[in-house]
Amino acid sequence: MQMPDPSAAILSRKSSVVRRLQGVLDDDSVIHEENELRAYECDALTAYKCPPLAAVLPRTTEEVAAVLAICHEEGVPVVPRGAGTSLAGGSLPSADSVILGVARMNEVIETSYDDRFIRVQTGRTNLSVTGAVEEDGFFYAPDPSSQLACAIAGNIAMNSGGAHCLKYGVTTNNLLGVTLVQMDGTVVEIGGAHMDAGGLDLLGLVCGSEGQLGVVTEATLRILPKPEGARPVLIGFSSNEVAGQCVSDIIKAGVLPVAIEFMDRPCIRATEAFAGAGYPDCEALLIVEVEGSDAEIDEQLGVIGQIARGHDPVEIRESQSAEESARIWLGRKSAFGAMGQINDYMCLDGTIPVTELPKVLGRIRELSDQYGLDVANVFHAGDGNMHPLILFNANEEGQLEKCEAMGADILRLCVEVGGCLTGEHGVGIEKRDLMETQFAPDDLEAQMRVKDVFDPKWLLNPAKVFPLSVTEPRRAIAAE
Amino acid sequence: MLTPKSEVELADILRAAETPVRVQGGGTRGVGVARGEVLSTASLTGITLYEPGALTLVAKAGTPLSEITETLAAENQRLPFEPIDHRRLLGTKGEPTIGGAVATNASGPRRIAAGACRDSLIGVRFVDGAGTIVKNGGRVMKNVTGYDLVKLMAGSWGTLGVLTEVSFKVLPGVASEATLLLDWQTPDAAIKTLARALRSPFEVTGAAYVPEGPDGVPMTAIRLEGFEASVAYRADKLRTELGEVRIEDDSEKSARLWRDIRDASILAGAPADVWRISVRPSHGPRVAKALGEARLVMDWGGGLVWAQVAQGTDLRARLKGIPGHATLVRAAPETHARLGTFPPEPEPVARLTAGLRAKFDPRNILNTGLMAAPEHA
Ligand SMILES: Cc1cc2nc3c(=O)[nH]c(=O)nc-3n(C[C@H](O)[C@H](O)[C@H](O)COP(=O)(O)OP(=O)(O)OC[C@H]3O[C@@H](n4cnc5c(N)ncnc54)[C@H](O)[C@@H]3O)c2cc1C
Repeated sequence: MQMPDPSAAILSRKSSVVRRLQGVLDDDSVIHEENELRAYECDALTAYKCPPLAAVLPRTTEEVAAVLAICHEEGVPVVPRGAGTSLAGGSLPSADSVILGVARMNEVIETSYDDRFIRVQTGRTNLSVTGAVEEDGFFYAPDPSSQLACAIAGNIAMNSGGAHCLKYGVTTNNLLGVTLVQMDGTVVEIGGAHMDAGGLDLLGLVCGSEGQLGVVTEATLRILPKPEGARPVLIGFSSNEVAGQCVSDIIKAGVLPVAIEFMDRPCIRATEAFAGAGYPDCEALLIVEVEGSDAEIDEQLGVIGQIARGHDPVEIRESQSAEESARIWLGRKSAFGAMGQINDYMCLDGTIPVTELPKVLGRIRELSDQYGLDVANVFHAGDGNMHPLILFNANEEGQLEKCEAMGADILRLCVEVGGCLTGEHGVGIEKRDLMETQFAPDDLEAQMRVKDVFDPKWLLNPAKVFPLSVTEPRRAIAAE
Repeated sequence: MLTPKSEVELADILRAAETPVRVQGGGTRGVGVARGEVLSTASLTGITLYEPGALTLVAKAGTPLSEITETLAAENQRLPFEPIDHRRLLGTKGEPTIGGAVATNASGPRRIAAGACRDSLIGVRFVDGAGTIVKNGGRVMKNVTGYDLVKLMAGSWGTLGVLTEVSFKVLPGVASEATLLLDWQTPDAAIKTLARALRSPFEVTGAAYVPEGPDGVPMTAIRLEGFEASVAYRADKLRTELGEVRIEDDSEKSARLWRDIRDASILAGAPADVWRISVRPSHGPRVAKALGEARLVMDWGGGLVWAQVAQGTDLRARLKGIPGHATLVRAAPETHARLGTFPPEPEPVARLTAGLRAKFDPRNILNTGLMAAPEHA
């Protein structure tokens, strides 16, 4: 993966930039020693590493604004960072950039149950947002599997999703307002506790903009009353195709489960070995979860069971208790960990129309044979967001490149069948150079014009999202 | 009137345009005053893709909303966001189009549970003010590839581009619905009742208060939708929680009630101005107090207030200090001109808005005069 050459001029000014930053922050909030900067050299896309020029950990919106104003004046690129769990290299620094981490900004600012929102500083982790309201019967719906670690800041920047977004939507559908600091230090309030912001939908634009339009310091999030109960059913099938068809039929039948998760045989075997959840040894399995009172759950599971039985399932296991539910989810939740135990893996994130599921799974198997790399599939089937895991050996020369090439082929396939390159992880650096397979030059130009408005000097996270060759003229102006 | 028959023809027209155009779908949502020749999407019609098993529908922007609703109903599916029909309130004629619903982000009572139009919209194609064809999003519901111009286009009132095609995530239709009703509540008490219902786990999909229900008295209404047994169960639970309620469990009658709430029907006809106010739900009663004698319809648990006030009233001045915003929906042209149709924006937001408009419509020819920025710039 190519990154632009760092600016020698900026590197040579490191000490004066650091001094200016120390002028507006506590000394312990400005990190500049090489060994300490290691902590910020990568995110969860660990194949790529580069320590930044410096890292700052402000505590307030005012401090963020002061830092940005300085970097703006100095012409120093800034890479915003939440918890650094991006799988796309979204928070990967360049050597001439300042990492602006919001990890110390994690306060709850206001909670209102009558208006059903919570306002937090964005360094707060996803799970601790729910943690702040769950005793009172509420929760924050978007639930990425990384929710214990990832921050609301990164969730907003990536427009993250989770297992339950089939029913509740992704981050953008649960965000009411933000405080955004632009690169020049201007503080902008967008939206608020009312349900729709007036004017152009800047909120929708900021969400998913991967830290390229501004630094989000506070957010107003919609919270929901917890359902009375939830229960999954596990259904095993003897082929991927049939499982795919079953997903489509469930959706057509008029039940809207909160989650439909899919695992294929390689993934089932690996998780069984790792977590021992007692899954049937079959070609494909679905975990379908529904919510409501006991009676409502029974009714919905009844409908789902009936549809599933029409598809010759190997096994149907309807949960009857909290323990059984936990066991059904156990395997799914440990899937990534399990794969990590047996191999290095690369996790893809393309989305396809649900109806193309059988075809795409077939093609992935062919690609797997062609490249000689194993693939395990575990994903959110209800919305077509696939997570093929390509297994490889990072220590073997050339395997990473081979794996990336195969990943690119799979993502191109997703686009070809009417889907997209990324459903929830974001483009970052990982899918940057594939953007032209999904978008025409005019489509990309329209997006870049938005950045021109918010960050005319292209200093915020500039080497991400768009192919470098496409952004080159804009970044060149910034470098002057 | 310009009526391009294809996206390419539309692009040609905009590229060649030397004077402003007024973008029009069905012409039923004529809020505010735009200048110039009418540019109609009436000939850009048709559902281009509908996959019930994937919950997705794609249609050309000029497709009548009724065609979409009927096509979905045939598969027992529907648009989640329940778009308002402006015809009664505004006294307009014509057929609402799907593009018009998107351009105005038209969203009804179900917004509290299923989100606004922008939340169901998953893809757009449009032609910007320079005549360039742009696509964003697509036909899958989870998509974070690049910036989300889909949301930006929703509710942009044709000021950034002319929509040519829109894609949606749709939802299964419901087997039945019922409405819990309380009479004679004050706005204050009503909003408290609605908040209690919305805090419950019983999945309320409508929460409104109108000064005159079908019985001619103030009415608080709470809607439940779903499988019959589930609706009955939840209605019973809520009744226990809320006390003296009547239950309208005739689905058709319930649906009629919500159509009237959605369209703010009781505010139609009278020679008075109508405003649409967005505030945090618990501030609904504050709005009521500040507006005194005004006739109000409160939806979204109090978060959306339709207010009918004497002609020429500067309602924004009366609501000073209550966070949120107000749009002038129905008034004489001079009132629109004097007070501004769309809410004024604070400086940094106005600057971003103006910047975006200048980028997407560099010659300022699209719906010139609509939304706030250029007038105030
Ligand atoms: C094991 C594992 C499982 C995961 N599962 C899921 C999943 O189920 N669903 C899902 O969607 N994702 C998942 N992810 C990906 C990742 O957790 C999400 O993208 C998450 O939202 C990133 O949050 P973060 O705080 O770690 O952000 P970071 O990695 O720190 O940053 C991500 C992006 O946000 C930008 N950013 C950070 N802070 C700000 C700010 N204050 N203002 C503006 N921009 C900012 C960064 O510049 C970067 O572009 C998973 C990751 C891992 C490692």
